[in-house]
Amino acid sequence: MPTSPSDVPRYDLAVIGAGPAGLAAAVTAADLGLRCALLDAGRQTGGQYYRHPAPGLGAARPDRLHHGWSAYTGLADRLAAHERAGRVGFLGGHQVWALERTGDGYAVHVTLGPEAADRATVPAAAVLLATGAYERQLPFPGWTLPGVVTAGGAQAMLKAGLVLPGRRIVVAGSGPLLLAAASSLVTAGAEVPAVVEATAYLGYARRPGVLAAVPAKLVEGAGHGSALLRHRVRLRLRSAVVEAHGTDRVTAVTVARLDADWRPVPGTERRIDCDALAVGHGLLPQIELATELGAATRTGPDGAVALQVDARMLTTVPGLWSAGETNGVGGADLAIAEGELAAHAVADRAPRPALVRRRARLRAFAELMAAAHRPGPGWTGWLRPDTDVCRCEEVPVARIREAVEELGAGDPRTVKLLTRAGMGWCQGRMCGPAVAWLAGSGEPGPDRRPFACPVPLSQLAAEQRAAAEG
Amino acid sequence: MRRTPAELVGAEPGPAHHIDFDGRPVPALPGQSIAAALWADGVLAWRTTRVGGRPRGVFCGIGACFDCLATVNGRPNQRTCLLPAEPGTTVTTQEGHGRADLAI
Repeated sequence: MPTSPSDVPRYDLAVIGAGPAGLAAAVTAADLGLRCALLDAGRQTGGQYYRHPAPGLGAARPDRLHHGWSAYTGLADRLAAHERAGRVGFLGGHQVWALERTGDGYAVHVTLGPEAADRATVPAAAVLLATGAYERQLPFPGWTLPGVVTAGGAQAMLKAGLVLPGRRIVVAGSGPLLLAAASSLVTAGAEVPAVVEATAYLGYARRPGVLAAVPAKLVEGAGHGSALLRHRVRLRLRSAVVEAHGTDRVTAVTVARLDADWRPVPGTERRIDCDALAVGHGLLPQIELATELGAATRTGPDGAVALQVDARMLTTVPGLWSAGETNGVGGADLAIAEGELAAHAVADRAPRPALVRRRARLRAFAELMAAAHRPGPGWTGWLRPDTDVCRCEEVPVARIREAVEELGAGDPRTVKLLTRAGMGWCQGRMCGPAVAWLAGSGEPGPDRRPFACPVPLSQLAAEQRAAAEG
Repeated sequence: MRRTPAELVGAEPGPAHHIDFDGRPVPALPGQSIAAALWADGVLAWRTTRVGGRPRGVFCGIGACFDCLATVNGRPNQRTCLLPAEPGTTVTTQEGHGRADLAI
């Protein structure tokens, strides 16, 4: 295994993340003659969207858990051909913890395997970030109970491990992922008594032209809708799970109606028995590898911070490109289009005009979707003083309010220093949006994480030694 | 009778093996993560928190939240949603930071 830049030949392009954007970028770049490394923390390609069972599970029909599975198999076949020809190296189990600019490109610093047992550095002339997104969470009483999982997590465990967290699963939060998750869960045998969505889906109606320009999105939505109808899943709009009940695991949830600002309406609560809850409030771009290098960001209509890119998918950092969710969450089709566009730009080739137009249509739809599912300010109405906001450090609402109201903290960083909220294992990925909101700082800034994942001290020391000897 | 995820995808897995969870055998299929094997056995929690001693298990399922930590083969703080359930893997419910052996 290569351990220092001198051990391995330099790649023309290192693509980080083997989901839709990264796969499309790597195979397109290889088509155009570039030598690419495709890195992913997972052992298989596909990312979160095309996550699928390991070969040992012998799944004959993985497509039954997926929308657009043939797009993945097409990309995977092209990747395999490029790998055989030596044009792309897929480096699975490679978790990138930092990007370093070097004299002639980048050093991609990697920790290997889920136990971070070893390290590597991959040298490349250019880097394309396709690191996707993770789910935005808003805390509520009982959200730390076992059996309360993220909507994407329920899907990931189902797609990869063929398991469910329970038999009767409420799906709640906001955003299109909820319909996709509910549809997979019922198809796989779970009972879903309700999908609880905070918005009224009216946001989509405000710009009908944008929606009409992407008919595939309507078909996809209708597909989830018909699966839900077939299984008699009730869609409760303008509602939220305001509490999960149980002692050692979730046994029921309370659902309440929300007003237009997402404030729970008193007197509308009703209890739904369940043995699991899958919850999420949209997705957040995973961009710290770029922001650590000073890449400029923008705040999208959903309030999420994404990378700022030009029409070629170039960030404000030379040689650092970005495609897919890192540019603002928009789904797999958009990610594939942006991956292809970025690959053309890195190879200095003009893309087909149809690809440019397709990306523009899908990006416009993504912005509409983002605006439609933006959390309303009233969500804090379902919090209680003892509700944990930071799951890692177990910091309740009352301590954060004390830091803000009595100790004068006005931003998430000061709240963190006073309360430890966001200082734990997940580095604020779960509580970040809620802490920013409670700190009253309005829009959150880009997260600063010098290390994108935990790195053993021994590997940092080895990095120093390699640099000193280099 | 509702169908199962394995039936949905027509899974014909290799032979099942066992992992050890708190001293008892839990079945696992080749390719499943530790967390998936525990879910399949109806187990949702395998850690207690450092402050409140509250039970935790999988939350994000993709390695981002670190809620699913457990002691695996004697090493504390391992993300069970990422680690494969290999034959003979020993998983122990982790109490707090999992370093009680270092207490003074």
